Amino acid sequence: MADFDVPKIKEDIIVPKIHPGIMEQSGPFVAKPEHQKDLGYPEKLLDNWQEAAIEKMGELLKKYRSLKVFMDSCVKCGACTDKCHYYLGTSDPKNMPVARQDLFRKVYRRYFTLAGKYFPKLVGAVDLTEDVLDDWYNYYHQCSECRRCSVYCPYGIDTAEVTMAAREVMASVGKGQKYSNEIIGKVYKIGNNLGLPEPALIDTLEGLEEEVFEDTEVEVKYPVDKKGVEVLLITPSADFFAEPHVDGLIGYGKVFHQAGISWTLSSKASEAANFGLFIGSYENMRRIALRIREAAIELGVKRIIFGECGHAWRVAYSFLNTLAGPWDFLDQRYPIPQHIIEFTYDLIQKDKLKLDPSENDHMTLTFHDSCNVARGSRMGDKPGGQFELPRAVIKAVCNNYVDMRPDTIGEGTYCCGGGGGLLTDDLMEVRVKGALPRMTALGQAVEEMGVTHMAAICAICKSQFSKVLPYYGFTMDQIVSVHQLVSNAILLEPGQKNEPGSNSDD
Amino acid sequence: MSVLSVFFVFLYYVATAILFVGLGYRIWVYFKTPAPLKIPTTPAPTTVGGVVLRMTREVTLFESLFKSNKWIWLFGWLFHFGLLLVLLRHLRYVTEPVWWWVTMLQPFGKYASFAMVLGLLGLLARRIVVDRVRYISSPSDFLMLLLLLGIGLSGMLMTFASKADIVSLKEFLFGMMSFDLQPFPGQPVLVIHMLLVALLMIVFPFSKLLHAPGVFFSPTRNQVDNPREKRHVASWAAKLESGKR
Repeated sequence: MADFDVPKIKEDIIVPKIHPGIMEQSGPFVAKPEHQKDLGYPEKLLDNWQEAAIEKMGELLKKYRSLKVFMDSCVKCGACTDKCHYYLGTSDPKNMPVARQDLFRKVYRRYFTLAGKYFPKLVGAVDLTEDVLDDWYNYYHQCSECRRCSVYCPYGIDTAEVTMAAREVMASVGKGQKYSNEIIGKVYKIGNNLGLPEPALIDTLEGLEEEVFEDTEVEVKYPVDKKGVEVLLITPSADFFAEPHVDGLIGYGKVFHQAGISWTLSSKASEAANFGLFIGSYENMRRIALRIREAAIELGVKRIIFGECGHAWRVAYSFLNTLAGPWDFLDQRYPIPQHIIEFTYDLIQKDKLKLDPSENDHMTLTFHDSCNVARGSRMGDKPGGQFELPRAVIKAVCNNYVDMRPDTIGEGTYCCGGGGGLLTDDLMEVRVKGALPRMTALGQAVEEMGVTHMAAICAICKSQFSKVLPYYGFTMDQIVSVHQLVSNAILLEPGQKNEPGSNSDD
Repeated sequence: MSVLSVFFVFLYYVATAILFVGLGYRIWVYFKTPAPLKIPTTPAPTTVGGVVLRMTREVTLFESLFKSNKWIWLFGWLFHFGLLLVLLRHLRYVTEPVWWWVTMLQPFGKYASFAMVLGLLGLLARRIVVDRVRYISSPSDFLMLLLLLGIGLSGMLMTFASKADIVSLKEFLFGMMSFDLQPFPGQPVLVIHMLLVALLMIVFPFSKLLHAPGVFFSPTRNQVDNPREKRHVASWAAKLESGKR
């Protein structure tokens, strides 16, 4: 099945002994000239890349307090060394958060600190050589920017910030990552990560409407570019046809339908994902975010709601106001932006949805907290709402729900292994190995509590698990969308606008 | 004045200047470097008061470290809390009359040195024994622990065995503070202790000891989780906006 050793799920999540260099050769494809160009980066590695990289480092150290403080503050206490799923899955010590940061920090010390300039050996400072650049490229693409390490660091050092800075430095000297940069190019040119053009999008959604009608005999609409509606829904493009994502999209439509709230998708902003975050580029992240503003203005909507996507929700919740605000033209009575889970949760609280949770009785569910939602955002008005609301929604539509063990959920949740720009086939080994802790926890829940399915609210998590579950002896359909569960349980009333008298059997 | 006295006068003026100017400069740099995005590690407090509480727990109880690893937490907390008491006890050498609460702390401060040294030994042992921690350690990481151990042990030696000439030491320190220089009491253990302390003061602003001011500036810990309610824009990011929209 794989050209690498797939780790075996053990009784427990084991902290391995270190095996230096074991993942040294694992890196993603380098961006081609055209991928670099679309984003405003040099087309290939600059002749004076070293000089340019140092200069870029200096620039970022002045622009980001996080980077500057994190470079100076680490005391090498070791608290983070057993916290990264990629270390637990690969045993390569450079996948320990502190060691990953140190790839950058050693160069920082050499060029930006007195101690490193005069006593490099003493403080572990190194020149930025080609070998170091290779290490940067490979190991900064074995980090999913999931922030788990930042929870456990006594100074809150967030390796994601360092990874983003390193990727930004590399892209700006001509060594970007193909996967992320190519996708951002597609967003600029076509509007979404998948490169799905407007006609295809409309076609797909019409297909969905037919499918839902056949299923329920109810005309649920999936509109695109409809002006003057209440809600603009921004959702990851995987929702348009990937499994189990699309079942979630069907669910959103049913919820809007039953709530009687008009909504639309946008062909211009037909993508929630913002890979500008992954490559650490404020400018690209902003450019991608501004599409949403433009779409909202053009369509004249009053609210913006985001579909199930982890990092997109981080960017939306934490950054959208900064990047593309102020949102004074939207209805201020609702959170801007709002998560589809918040939206559905509110409707459930107000008893506006007709739900029959027994429709999901064939499953016993657990919930995978997606890293960016868990540690980089919030839902509702209380800290930790990002854990409570999705569970509340699931419990409202499912009778059988259990949590995985506490140290693997909530703020301590393990990344799926495919986040942060790693969801590409050229990184299959690191993706499979990085999923080990989550797979172990899932395995325990299956064994001990009879869990049959795991729900998630992130397009990357869903794609990653669909691919990785089989490596660990599960089946790919064991990962489900939360709104897929809502979709199963929701009792639509047929014939509100058409076919009066027709009856649905459930 | 002996050569030794002149040397120590010089050393401590320089060390003090480096410590305060160096640290002040670092803090100023942290302060003026913008944080363009809201990146608190969530769940995070939604009010300023909540952030103050979070930070207080972080720097007094080492909350995150406690979540992470009980051994590092235990050793780290023993060391830091011991050091704090020991430092407070040392205020008696630079105040006259000695503040009442410093006198009260005196016995605790003396025995806190055991906690401090025990903590340091524990941290050193982990650095040697645990393969992951050994892998990430530079020579400076070991030297820093040895330096602190040297300071702690030489201090304990004077507290519990060969008493230092505290009266003369106090005269020396007061002399420096009032620019009326007095001789340095040249007991060997005191010389070593004071040398190591001066070295610590000098390396402080250039080393990982910057974690002390750094933690207060850490955006993942000091930011309020309210990005939807309040628009946050850094100065350089605002400039991007002035052009196009």
